[in-house]
This record gives sequence, structure tokens and C-alpha cells, in this order.
Amino acid sequence: MISSQVIILAITVTSLATFISRFMGAITSEKVSVKSKIFKWFNCVAYSTLAALIGRMIIFPAGVLAESEVIIRIIVFIICIALFIISKKNLVIPTIISAILLATFNSL
Amino acid sequence: MINTEAFLLGFKSLKGARSPAIPLAACFIALGALLKDAGFNIQQSAASSFFTYALPGQLVMAESLLVGASILNIFLAVWLVNFRLYPMTVSLFPLLDHHSQPKWKYYLSCHFLAVTSWLIAKDSYKKINSKYRIDFWIGIGVGTWSTAILMTLIGFLAADLLNKDMLIGLAIVNPTYFFCMMIGAMKKISVSISIILGTILGPVIFLFSAEWSLLFAGLIAGSVGFLFGGNNDK
Repeated sequence: MISSQVIILAITVTSLATFISRFMGAITSEKVSVKSKIFKWFNCVAYSTLAALIGRMIIFPAGVLAESEVIIRIIVFIICIALFIISKKNLVIPTIISAILLATFNSL
Repeated sequence: MINTEAFLLGFKSLKGARSPAIPLAACFIALGALLKDAGFNIQQSAASSFFTYALPGQLVMAESLLVGASILNIFLAVWLVNFRLYPMTVSLFPLLDHHSQPKWKYYLSCHFLAVTSWLIAKDSYKKINSKYRIDFWIGIGVGTWSTAILMTLIGFLAADLLNKDMLIGLAIVNPTYFFCMMIGAMKKISVSISIILGTILGPVIFLFSAEWSLLFAGLIAGSVGFLFGGNNDK
């Protein structure tokens, strides 16, 4: 059992480590013009980092998702992206279907 | 002080066919259940989402605690996984900037920066008068942030009702939502290259360095996208 003090300390350092990136971003933003090349570069890096995170969440996930088969996760992911495109970019349908499909496949 | 109309427009982005409420609910319910499992009480679980509000970092914290990592290690691991919030803020806040708005709004509302709110804001900021975009952003932020805290509480309370297969199902909702939103954002060649290459490099670099993979994959893929797509953008 983890002690209460350790949990509170962990929440504090986690929040601090997270807020630093956000606050530094807000400060840097003051000097960045929307039309500048550096803004475009930041935009590309933001999208690519996010894409890297999603790729990692599917292939090497943390938490409970790691207890499902990688091939099942990839199949469900591809089906749902296809649904998103077919449904004219409706986000609610593929997200709900993804949960139902993975829970069902995993329980088989 | 805050333009109510713009704020409410942002807040109402929780509704409709592009609603982020479902993926947010799914992943924070799963997180609430996980935190209970890790030994957190209900106040600590809510405080985690209240003060951190960044799911990958919260997952890293819970897993690090369970394996007995030191506080310094937790700080570094969370900083590395949540560093993405820095380029995300820099690629959003200049779009919300207006000389008439006070700086404190930007400094405080950066706490609402998370993947979901960022994707919605990038998708819809153009519809809002530039003077009130920061108020629109605060509306999106308050809506998504409060949903996350509420759902963490629900997940904590419902933990015993959720079996493992249900939790696994809930956990895939978020990456699916994120990726669909990103496909919608692939309107420029530079962004499309960045997204496709990032998706591939994230897991590949993970094989060599788990902690630094996001940072390296993001920097490499983003820079390649910028260099090769920059001149061809519409």
C-alpha cells in the first residue's frame, strides 16, 4: 500500500512537471507571430508529437490497454478510422464502436 | 472581463457530432478506476485530474508509483511524456492572442491545454472574432476540464462495477478520437507528413528509448514535415 504522503507528493510533482510545459508555452507564445516560420515549425512538431503519442498508445500502451493483444488493437483502430471516413467525419460513432469492439474481441 | 457569448460557444463544444465528451468520459472513467486500484482515495483521484489534467502523465504517475519509482523519477518521466504540451501551447496561443486581452487570461488558461481541448480549438478558432478567442478557449477549457474531473470521480466510484474487458474497451476510445481528429486536421502537406511520420516513429523510437521516444519522434517528424511540406502548403 502506497502511503498517503507519497501519493500527495506524486500528485504535486506530476502537476508541476505538467504545468511547466504549459506555462513555458504561454510565455514563448508572446514572442511568436502566427505568420512566422517558427510558428509553422512548432505547429508541425505539435502534430507529430501527438501522432507519436497515439502510435505509442496503440502499439506500446501504458495502463490497462496493455492487457489486450496488439493485433486486436490495430484491427479495431483501423476499422474505426474507416468508420470515421465513411460516416463523413462523425466522431461519436467511431469512438463508441471502438470501445464496444475492443471489449468484445478481448472477452472472446 | 470574459465575453459570455464566446465563453458559452466554447463550453458548448462538448455537444454535437464532434463532441469530445464521450472520449473524455471514457478515458477518465478508466483512469478513476485505475487510481482506485493503485491505492488513491477519492479526494486524491479528483485532485490528480484537477491539478494535472493530462492523461498520459497521470498514467505514468500511477504506474511509476506502483513499481516504487522515486519522486524525482516520476517528475522526469511525467515531464518527458507531457513535454508535448509545450509545442502544443506555442502552436495555439498565438492564434488566440489579442492586444486588448490581459496576460493573466493566457497564463491561467494554459492549464486547460490538453489534446482534446487543443484539437477542438485548432479546429474552430477561426469562427470566433479574434478579440474574444481567448474567452472561447477558456469556455472549451472549463468544459473539458470539469468533464475530466467529474468522470474521474465516476470512474473511482464505479470501479467495482467495471470488469477488465470494459476498462480495456474504454481505454482505446481516446487514441481513436485523437487520431480521427488529426485526420480531420490533415489539410496541409506539412501537417500530413508530420502526423504520418510521427505515428510511425513514436513506436519505432520507443524500441530504443522508452522515455525519450516522444520527444525525439516529435522533433524529427515535425522538422521533416516542416522542411518538406513548408513550400507546398496551400
